[in-house]
Amino acid sequence: MRDIAVISFAQTPARRSVPELNEVEMLMPAVHGALEQVDMTIDDIGFTCSGSTDYLAGTAFSFVSTLDSVGPWPPIQESHVEMDGAWALYEAWVKLQLGEIDTALVYAYAKSSPGDLPMVLTRQLDPITVGPLWADSVSLAALQARSLLDSGKATEADMAEVVARSRKDALGNPNAQLAWDRSAEDILAEEYHIAPLRKSDCAPITDGAAAIVLAAGDVARSKVKRPAWIRGIDHRVEPIHLGLRDLTISASTSIAAGKAGVADGKVDIAELHAPFSHQELILKEAIGLGDDTTINPSGGALAANAMMTAGLIRIGEVATRISNGEADRGVAHATSGPCLQQNLVTVLEGEN
Amino acid sequence: MTDQTEAGEILSAPLIIEYPFKRTTGPIIGAFLTGLREQVLVGSKAEDGRVIVPPAEFDPVSGNDLTELVEVGPEGVIATWAWVTAPHAKHPLDDPFAWVLVTLDGADTPMLGALKADGIDAVSTGARVKPVWAEEREGHIDDIAHWVLVDDADEGDRA
Repeated sequence: MRDIAVISFAQTPARRSVPELNEVEMLMPAVHGALEQVDMTIDDIGFTCSGSTDYLAGTAFSFVSTLDSVGPWPPIQESHVEMDGAWALYEAWVKLQLGEIDTALVYAYAKSSPGDLPMVLTRQLDPITVGPLWADSVSLAALQARSLLDSGKATEADMAEVVARSRKDALGNPNAQLAWDRSAEDILAEEYHIAPLRKSDCAPITDGAAAIVLAAGDVARSKVKRPAWIRGIDHRVEPIHLGLRDLTISASTSIAAGKAGVADGKVDIAELHAPFSHQELILKEAIGLGDDTTINPSGGALAANAMMTAGLIRIGEVATRISNGEADRGVAHATSGPCLQQNLVTVLEGEN
Repeated sequence: MTDQTEAGEILSAPLIIEYPFKRTTGPIIGAFLTGLREQVLVGSKAEDGRVIVPPAEFDPVSGNDLTELVEVGPEGVIATWAWVTAPHAKHPLDDPFAWVLVTLDGADTPMLGALKADGIDAVSTGARVKPVWAEEREGHIDDIAHWVLVDDADEGDRA
């Protein structure tokens, strides 16, 4: 295996709506911010891979037009996934493993504001037996939360604690969209949104973009003092039907965490892509994180949840904290699909 | 661009997306949909003996073809539920309702539906439910108009 590291990460401030910019304009500060931080241009990049979805852009092959943000001339080697940018990073990591290139640019973006996001997300369900019911993403997450509560593994107070801690940590994150300091008791006093979820249990709807630069071996060492090395990365998917899964656990996350080698060392920090509070509790158990791991110091997806982007941001948030010396070893998780259907786990580590 | 933004002059236009294609449902999902039209619920038997509803074309573990269909229900129990206070215009019911995953009698995996109930306090995990069929059925998941608690069945049938 080649040593591959995250050497740069940039994101746009998360906002509920960015109507004055198109996707290219919104994306450019992230892409060029990530490149400029390591004194690179697109000409220094061996492979570019992006994550986004036509279902939010409302047009086919929408990623082609957003390639304008990198200025792809002369022609570049490029690919796209209709998935979170974390999976685009995985593709770039595989490409780097082949040994033909030493650098890669990964970016992701989404504007959810023009549509009705929970309803748009129903289009990823089984189109014959589930899709026609228009079971929105919040409703499906509420079914999962009820399962978890019924199992006795967690309480609504546990969920409120996740919310209170995440939004408080988000006060220290200049890119966060939703940050405040309120007690768990205060959150529990809220009315239900879709019971057993309260509005505070749910991630905000976000427009935003992010970009990461990957580099191999000595190229990474020549660009930054402390690269965040990818020590393990793996992703797994579960069946589309909720009924085929035990919603109180995340089997695919557990497998990915095992393959990525999470348990091979101490985990200082973990950024978990949990758009609903109860999902952090499920993920913590699935990955096998102890109480000595700081979870979501950025505030996590409860503070900002740009579709197709929030998973890539988790990797960037961990990498940044490793590069600046706050942490030595961390875990980043990304999810996709209803109720944690598909999951990717990355283990990152700094050199001493 | 900045000037336009400050002037509030952001151009916008309505956009309606359609996917106007048809698909063939095949011998397993097709049988399930035909069953709905006839008010019969079927699942498929997985290699480990579990009965999966709605039927799966492929074994969820091995990926092999599944061909054995088993009649299930029509009653079942609530595996989990969520209460919707303010239904969306596209939701199956107009008044507050519960999403339910229902494990039908004879089935091992639950299926999704919308439960008509008097209120959040009327719904609980483990409660028995039954389908209320649409008057006109065409072999579509909407042939189940909604679900009702078995105790409330009389009221539900009139809906």
